[in-house]
Amino acid sequence: MTDKILEVKDLVVQYVTDDGCVEAVNDLSFSIGKKKTLGLVGETGAGKTTTALSILNLIPSPPGEIKSGSIMLDGSDVLTMDQEELQKMRGNDVAMIFQDPMTALNPVMTIGEQIAESIELHEKISKKESMERAKEMLKLVGIAESRAYDYPHQFSGGMRQRVVIAIALACNPKLLLADEPTTALDVTIQAQVLELIKKLITERDMSMLLITHDLGVVAEVCDDVAVMYAGRIVEIGTAAEIFNETAHPYTEGLFNSLPNLKQRGEKLVPITGMMPDPMDLPEGCSFAPRCPYATEACKKANPGLRHLGGSHYVACQAYERENFKLGGEQ
Amino acid sequence: MIRYIIKRIILMVPAIIATSFIIYFAMNMTGGDPALTLAPENATEQQIEEIREELGLNDPIYVRYGKYMLGMLKGDLGTSYVTKRDVFKTFMERLPNTIELAFTAVLIATLIAVPLGIYTAIHQNTWKDTGGMVFALFGVSMPNFWLGLMLIIIFSLNLKWLPSGGKEGIRSLILPALTVGMGFAALITRTTRSAMLDVIRQDYMTTARAKGASEKTVIFQHGLKNALIPIITVIGMQLSNALTGSVLAETVFSWPGVGRLIVDSISKRDTPMVTGAIIMSCVLMCVVNLVIDLIYAFFDPRIKAQYSRKG
Ligand SMILES: Nc1ncnc2c1ncn2[C@@H]1O[C@H](COP(=O)(O)OP(=O)(O)O)[C@@H](O)[C@H]1O
Ligand SMILES: [Mg+2]
Repeated sequence: MTDKILEVKDLVVQYVTDDGCVEAVNDLSFSIGKKKTLGLVGETGAGKTTTALSILNLIPSPPGEIKSGSIMLDGSDVLTMDQEELQKMRGNDVAMIFQDPMTALNPVMTIGEQIAESIELHEKISKKESMERAKEMLKLVGIAESRAYDYPHQFSGGMRQRVVIAIALACNPKLLLADEPTTALDVTIQAQVLELIKKLITERDMSMLLITHDLGVVAEVCDDVAVMYAGRIVEIGTAAEIFNETAHPYTEGLFNSLPNLKQRGEKLVPITGMMPDPMDLPEGCSFAPRCPYATEACKKANPGLRHLGGSHYVACQAYERENFKLGGEQ
Repeated sequence: MIRYIIKRIILMVPAIIATSFIIYFAMNMTGGDPALTLAPENATEQQIEEIREELGLNDPIYVRYGKYMLGMLKGDLGTSYVTKRDVFKTFMERLPNTIELAFTAVLIATLIAVPLGIYTAIHQNTWKDTGGMVFALFGVSMPNFWLGLMLIIIFSLNLKWLPSGGKEGIRSLILPALTVGMGFAALITRTTRSAMLDVIRQDYMTTARAKGASEKTVIFQHGLKNALIPIITVIGMQLSNALTGSVLAETVFSWPGVGRLIVDSISKRDTPMVTGAIIMSCVLMCVVNLVIDLIYAFFDPRIKAQYSRKG
């Protein structure tokens, strides 16, 4: 079991609001190998951010609540840690890059201070030394050291995301949670930032959970891929397995609606309909209402993960039928 | 930044001229003929005319205003009709008392209200929040003079711990400062709470937690620092209110401050005293507001950048 840095088992997270209970994450299980990158793919509202915050045990409460499950980080369960252990773990063992760099930085602190804070929290180090280290981090992410004394409002979105990366990597964490790190950036900057993350991860032998709704990004960076839909993993496997032997109708839908991977199919077909409201999930498979292959059986029971070979799993009842193949049957 | 300050100081001049103009005219167009008030009861018409001449009351009002403003530049705001003393000097004698009361009251209010505001924000929608807000509501709706009287009844008349009025050392400061401060505390609590509620939801708070910062650091270092601008604004407003004299509290506690000076002078129809005191209060308010604006820049780099650009 020591080849895994992270093992999430049967995680259930809900947000209890006045309007009802949001079932954001339902029975989620996955693991990340040491020095591996897992891509977590899914559309907005699928529960990706909730999953990442759970790993830091940082679900805002109220309204959020981790109902059950375990999150083993290098052998110890994040969900049973006390405050002190959590503070030690956050930033030091696991760090997070947030989706929106425009709001992730504190507007009244210099960026140097914000990077240095990370270091000061985890190492016995003088203010002066930590500032020196912060400047080194800035250089590492491609920002001039002299800008350590500037404030976030003096930086562009791409530069701010570099600062966020510097903060995350300042203490050399073992695991990086990158929550759609390029979504909020200009298209031209996206590739640069992704390249930077990839380079730093490899150099430092880190593992990463890369959250995205962009399969192109996944293809470029990830070893393994988990596809998430309405709080559940519907397909998981190595990147090669997911890309070459796509098994779940939802994953297929994602590929078909992707312009730059168009060579896979002839025409661009968006998935019809919308993801169900996690406050009111349908009985049975959550994707059934949008699924071109769905039968009556799909609407009755929720499919468990089925092993397809290698490390490839899919949650789809259609595979109960003999000879079922995506695109082939109908 | 320095250029910005100088510019702001220069801009204060027209503001002061405009307010003093309005006050001077309002005071001198109403209130009857001061010569009649000043003359002895059995004065002849000629004696009254002499007084008018002496006070310059026969000049047209704009000439009198011009003379008044020229005098003001030299710190001369005329002489009180009643006490025959220099208005500027009298005001300056009273001002330290008002400053003392104002700062103590605002200090008390801040020490109570800011922690309470933070506390209620952190415990939003729980009974702790409700309790704090009930206190704040109580403070807002409680009339100042009523609270003052209650404090006098309890602490002076019944317990005999503190003097009920006058100004003799620090002990006589406590009750009036509490009275004024409680009224302020309510508003500061509510402002702090809503500013903190805004800030608590921000992404950079999650960033700080994800770094491994303790909840205390997150709330005070990251949260409070971002919530400070509205809090400083409301504290500053209260301070500049209090500096122009807390009329009710100064009256209830016979506190010899600017507020009472103005009220007393109004009842004695002491036009030069009232005019001078109000104009001086306005000047004071302008200065306090400028200082508060400059404090903003100290706490918020974005505002500082703005000032530098404008300067
Ligand atoms: N603080 C919250 N309060 C209530 N509901 C929330 C909160 N955060 C997220 N949710 C809900 O949980 C579901 C999953 O959200 P999220 O994890 O942010 O998804 P993703 O990151 O995949 O877009 C969504 O339906 C969202 O509306
Ligand atoms: Mg998200």
